[in-house]
Amino acid sequence: MKMMKVMMLIVMMMMVSEGSIIEPTCKETPDFSLCVSLLNSDPRGSSADTSGLALILIDKIKGLATKTLNEINGLYKKRPELKRALDECSRRYKTILNADVPEAIEAISKGVPKFGEDGVIDAGVEASVCQGGFNGRSPLTSLTKSMQKISNVTRAIVRMLL
Amino acid sequence: MADPNQETHGPRRRRPFKGLLAVSFGLLFIAFYVALIATHDGSRSNDEGIDETETITSRARLAGVSEKRNDGLWKLSGDRNTPAFEWNNSMLSWQRTAFHFQPEQNWMNDPNGPLFYKGWYHFFYQYNPNAAVWGDIVWGHAVSRDLIHWVHLPIAMVADQWYDSNGVWTGSATFLPDGSIVMLYTGSTDKAVQVQNLAYPEDPNDPLLLKWVKFPGNPVLVPPPGILPKDFRDPTTAWKTSEGKWRITIGSKLNKTGISLVYDTIDFKTYEKLDTLLHRVPNTGMWECVDFYPVSKTAGNGLDTSVNGPAVKHIVKASMDDTRFDHYAVGTYFDSNGTWIPDDPTIDVGMSASLRYDYGKFYASKSFYDQNKGRRVLWSWIGESDSEASDVQKGWSSLQGIPRTVVFDTKTGKNLVQWPVEEIKSLRLSSKQFDLEVGPGSVVPVDVGSAAQLDIEAEFEINKESLEKILGNASVVAEAEEFSCEKSGGSTVRGALGPFGFSVLATESLSEQTPVYFYVAKGTDSELKTFFCTDTSRSSVANDVVKPIYGSIVPVLKGEKLTMRILVDHSIVEAFGQGGRTCITSRVYPTTAIYGAAKLFLFNNALDATVTASFTVWQMNSAFIHPYSDEAVRALSRT
Repeated sequence: MKMMKVMMLIVMMMMVSEGSIIEPTCKETPDFSLCVSLLNSDPRGSSADTSGLALILIDKIKGLATKTLNEINGLYKKRPELKRALDECSRRYKTILNADVPEAIEAISKGVPKFGEDGVIDAGVEASVCQGGFNGRSPLTSLTKSMQKISNVTRAIVRMLL
Repeated sequence: MADPNQETHGPRRRRPFKGLLAVSFGLLFIAFYVALIATHDGSRSNDEGIDETETITSRARLAGVSEKRNDGLWKLSGDRNTPAFEWNNSMLSWQRTAFHFQPEQNWMNDPNGPLFYKGWYHFFYQYNPNAAVWGDIVWGHAVSRDLIHWVHLPIAMVADQWYDSNGVWTGSATFLPDGSIVMLYTGSTDKAVQVQNLAYPEDPNDPLLLKWVKFPGNPVLVPPPGILPKDFRDPTTAWKTSEGKWRITIGSKLNKTGISLVYDTIDFKTYEKLDTLLHRVPNTGMWECVDFYPVSKTAGNGLDTSVNGPAVKHIVKASMDDTRFDHYAVGTYFDSNGTWIPDDPTIDVGMSASLRYDYGKFYASKSFYDQNKGRRVLWSWIGESDSEASDVQKGWSSLQGIPRTVVFDTKTGKNLVQWPVEEIKSLRLSSKQFDLEVGPGSVVPVDVGSAAQLDIEAEFEINKESLEKILGNASVVAEAEEFSCEKSGGSTVRGALGPFGFSVLATESLSEQTPVYFYVAKGTDSELKTFFCTDTSRSSVANDVVKPIYGSIVPVLKGEKLTMRILVDHSIVEAFGQGGRTCITSRVYPTTAIYGAAKLFLFNNALDATVTASFTVWQMNSAFIHPYSDEAVRALSRT
């Protein structure tokens, strides 16, 4: 019984490692551990090619942008004095969701990754600009920092497709 | 779940099998574990690297389109405690140009199929009808009598066939001997495979070429064996071979080697692929928008793409996907096997030191032979250097450069020379002429009134005494070998003999400015080298725009004065050094140097040299690019 469990675990680990290009790919990015954890957290990761890995990360960007927008919306009530900065952040994060992400998905799927690189870079830019609007004390710091980091990692992977 | 009873009471023959399985799994497990450790060790150094990168990324890096292959990210200007800049609609709407080609709204990229037909210049372009970012690409269309005054036409080709349903991408036109047009373009199929398709005008009697028909037998070319399905795009204009066939070339790559494939055809419907490549250069990556054409070694006119002969050189140009630079090289074409070799292999196409049409923001360029005026004309896509949020807010993205004539530089014998088409002079309104002596360390306001739409032609001469003093002075260190526009700190860094030039789109207080200048430096051989640069680092206080310093060395021959021409048109500045030997296009997004507050200055930031500047500044009219209407077409056709 115990033997069966151990063997299943081994088989699962083998399936994850076999054919997975996650680790060698992530080594070429500025944040290996972030890259690996993001890609492993997606069931498609272990069998994806480089394009597939890029698309998974763009999905993460999309998810993070949505999460951040929800956070921004919630902050209007809790921190009304930050309205101006929140408005700017809202605009910036909507750009990520409505412009950067669709552009990147289309470009990578169709084999013109340079436009995907533009979209991914811009996601990091928009997050930086949003963060800069708070003049130091930002309630969104960890979310914007996350976006910048994910953007850097994703860009490195998209560049492999050029 | 195994029945515990079965374990102990199962048939005997199972036990050795299980044992073998267990051993193999065990070995594989050990192997896996070892592998895990090995790779983790490798990653440990990455972890240390990550700490470094962590602090860098937390300083909020701003990155624009990749300017170098393995570049870092552009730094956010100012530090993270600078409040984010907020764009308002007044600032954003000022950015729209007055006389550069751009659609009424949305995204544009590569120029496509430029041609002259029945009295009209036609321009097609990659267009997104739905957004201000790349996507859903179709062919936009516009016509002009003079390459300057345009009227927009309806979309020429949409993504309505399986072989282009994922995108109607870049292509080129060829004229057949009977004057009819064939258009070859890349389609991204419903399976996202890149193929080449044939299209032609539905009605050759329509000078506006409004409607296009796609050949029912498309695609005419699919990726050949050995070429990946997404590395096969941007077919060129065809040229005649000595055997009387048509020949085209299509850029691609093999691993990291940029290549250009060659095909021959009689009817543009069936093709034979040559075994030879037009050319290949290792480590240059994917070659996009390849262009191939002859130039006269002796004459100043353009040549039809099919011309060949002893008085001719051939240019191979490619847009480098990795770096977003357009590179070209001068060389010799061998028609017998469809190959080409560069005159100077050390500056072969795509190498970092090889020649570029333009040292600024300039990509996917395409030339065509204008049989109307006997010249070769170059179009290029000028993208934005701002954030996509701004593009979305202002509702548009990208421009085309002013079309330029391209000729071989008969004086240097090594490069091309580009110049804005003559017709742009029709936009010149009032002008003012100046002759000024500018001492070292001076900034002189140039009063021309409104300064957002200008054409400036200038000649500079460094004072003879200053030159002799500096050349003769051994203590003046040779710096030419070390200098580069990008890395030497911009226009505030003072040298013995430069920088000097103009500061455009500048506020009165110079809080925002875009200097375009020469930097003359002494070389180790005591010869002078001249650099031509545009410094956008202080063009705007906004921190969400990319602000590089662009430029390159510019050849200056004995006896030549230093000349520059600058076209200023709101958010685009096009600079031409030494008659177009070195060209720099920049995108700038001032926040206060706009409308009436935009001024022009002349400056000389050299430490020792006095400079004489003789120049004329013209106010430039708008080109009044019209949306589609019969009246607009009629109005233009009368010109």
